[in-house]
Amino acid sequence: MTEVVHSLTAAHRLKYTYKRSTGPVLGRFFGGLRDGRVLGIRRADGRVMVPPKEYDPDSGAALSELVEVADAGTVKSWAWVARPREKQPVGRPFAYALIQLDGADTPLLHAVDAGEERRMRTGMRVKARWAAERSGTIRDIACFEPSDEPAKLAKAKPLGEAELPEPVELIRTPVELDYSYCAGQAASRFLRAIEGGKLLGQRCPVDGKVYFPTRGACPEHGVPTEGEMVEVADKGTIVSFSVVRVPSENLAVELPFAAVTILLDGADTTFTHVMSECRLEDVHMGMRVQAVWLPREEWTTSMRNIKYFKPAGEADAPFDSYKDHL
Amino acid sequence: MRDVAVISFAQSPSVRREVDRNEVEILMPVVREARERSGLGQDIDFICSGSTDYLAGQSFAFVSGLDAIGAWPPVSESHVEADGAWALYEAWVKIQMGYADSALVYGFGKPSMGDLPEVLALQLDPYLVTPLWPDAVSVAALQARLCLDAGVVSERAMAEAAARDRRNAKGNPFAQVKGDFEVEKLLGEPYLVSPLRKHDCSPISDGAAAMVIAAGDVARRVCKKPAWITGIAHIAEPQDLGVRDLTRSRSTEMAAEKAGVGKGGIDAAELHGPFSHQVLLLERALGLGSGTKVNPSGGALAGNPMMAAGLIRIGEAARCVAEGGARRAVAHASSGPCLQQNLVCVLEG
Repeated sequence: MTEVVHSLTAAHRLKYTYKRSTGPVLGRFFGGLRDGRVLGIRRADGRVMVPPKEYDPDSGAALSELVEVADAGTVKSWAWVARPREKQPVGRPFAYALIQLDGADTPLLHAVDAGEERRMRTGMRVKARWAAERSGTIRDIACFEPSDEPAKLAKAKPLGEAELPEPVELIRTPVELDYSYCAGQAASRFLRAIEGGKLLGQRCPVDGKVYFPTRGACPEHGVPTEGEMVEVADKGTIVSFSVVRVPSENLAVELPFAAVTILLDGADTTFTHVMSECRLEDVHMGMRVQAVWLPREEWTTSMRNIKYFKPAGEADAPFDSYKDHL
Repeated sequence: MRDVAVISFAQSPSVRREVDRNEVEILMPVVREARERSGLGQDIDFICSGSTDYLAGQSFAFVSGLDAIGAWPPVSESHVEADGAWALYEAWVKIQMGYADSALVYGFGKPSMGDLPEVLALQLDPYLVTPLWPDAVSVAALQARLCLDAGVVSERAMAEAAARDRRNAKGNPFAQVKGDFEVEKLLGEPYLVSPLRKHDCSPISDGAAAMVIAAGDVARRVCKKPAWITGIAHIAEPQDLGVRDLTRSRSTEMAAEKAGVGKGGIDAAELHGPFSHQVLLLERALGLGSGTKVNPSGGALAGNPMMAAGLIRIGEAARCVAEGGARRAVAHASSGPCLQQNLVCVLEG
């Protein structure tokens, strides 16, 4: 058995913002929130759903009759969050709650800022605390807060065309999640080796092919390759290339440059890197290339230890030596 | 309908954090074990997996899972962004359609790399609910209180279910949370997210599971004791929590009806209820009585590897039939907030 190594980990932040089309129903709902009003939608049986849905959840029939409900209501259920997370709507202990607004027949999920748990109970009255700046999202209601006011509006108010809020057609929903990524056995071995200037592949126990870089398994046979580590050369042959003229983030080299697929001597799989110290028009298949490393003191557990590849100044490799790797 | 049986099953231990192995490295030995035990080795017609990229925070993370199974030259495979139990469903349909006689299904997840309760906010309505970032425990707690207020569960019954499942898990080498817990003591613990206490929640688990299923002749040829899938169905409820009746599991009731749960006695039931009140709702939805041993493995409260825990319920129920003397067992898998989608599978010897 191969010895188990301690895995490397790295902080990883997944961050993106979706721009979502709202459609005719939610567009009006978000427009209402921006204006400080809450809209619902009436189903065929007369019941009002808040938030509104485009379709009846039972029959699937399209819905269009928007109505206005109150911004106060009754707590149907609640969960006390003693330790709020950063993204959550209230910065101190609070409750998530299912709140049935006056005039609605279904509850809305939102937050209640009651200060302490003993102020929460099922059936309590709450009122929206509107955000100071509103843009047409569910967070235009900052949260709900306990209220002494009894229900004012028993029935939802029908809305004529002129009373409908201007729709919000697009909303932005940012997502930001933090991970501690675990490289695992094979990648940790690989990255620790490259930290010491060595390029480590692994041999498939079935057919002897050397995988570089290695993922710990032979995708052809579905077997682990952790049994035999193989050091491969930092010199190899270009099997394909492409000239990149389009900028992208985090590029360490200047445009234009050649991205090259390289078969290192001793490896049976290819990987991609960049070429330098070479005219673009001279890059070709079969060209022998040599890794140019960062100064030794800058080596880390990263593929970036190799700055780029440059021509090795050798005669081209014969086509037969790399034809199976195209 | 073609006869289809579970012919082998393997799982990794459920652990809070796999420190040194990545998702694929957790999965590989499990797939290998399931293949070897099946007697079919690499000679399997179809492969289907269940996982979600959000656990690793990487797009197409599931593709690297294919390295573990050997996907070159190309194999016939598919993937569901759901628990492996739904991968099993797809494979079962594939066999029913006559496109395959055998299938490998697997599910795997390593939620310890992120903040799982927060990551699960992404399965909620992206316009109306996710922007409020309700974590998975809070969402389950909203359901628990509705059930408590309606009188369909009690905090004591919830604690009893948790204690029972974790006592059962003492015999399960793969379980993560097991042992003898006193109900009185559990009820004296503080709330985690009230009305849920820590014992009401499944642990966060890294893990993987793999299963091989095969059609009649193949199953009989390679397997001494196949566990026949005599019924399988799944039903989903709407995404909006507000329009659902959260005090019962209507979709489980419907799936159980379609799968034919009530056509005979049930000796054992494996339920994928990640929260104790959900286990109770499921027992009721499936109509389980005192003649049924519930969660002999400990269920999800003893170990809940994301994207594998549902498939594990089916594997454990199959084991009850193949090895444990159960004549008829039912397995359940769930997906989504508050038991939104439910799969029910009946297994017979």
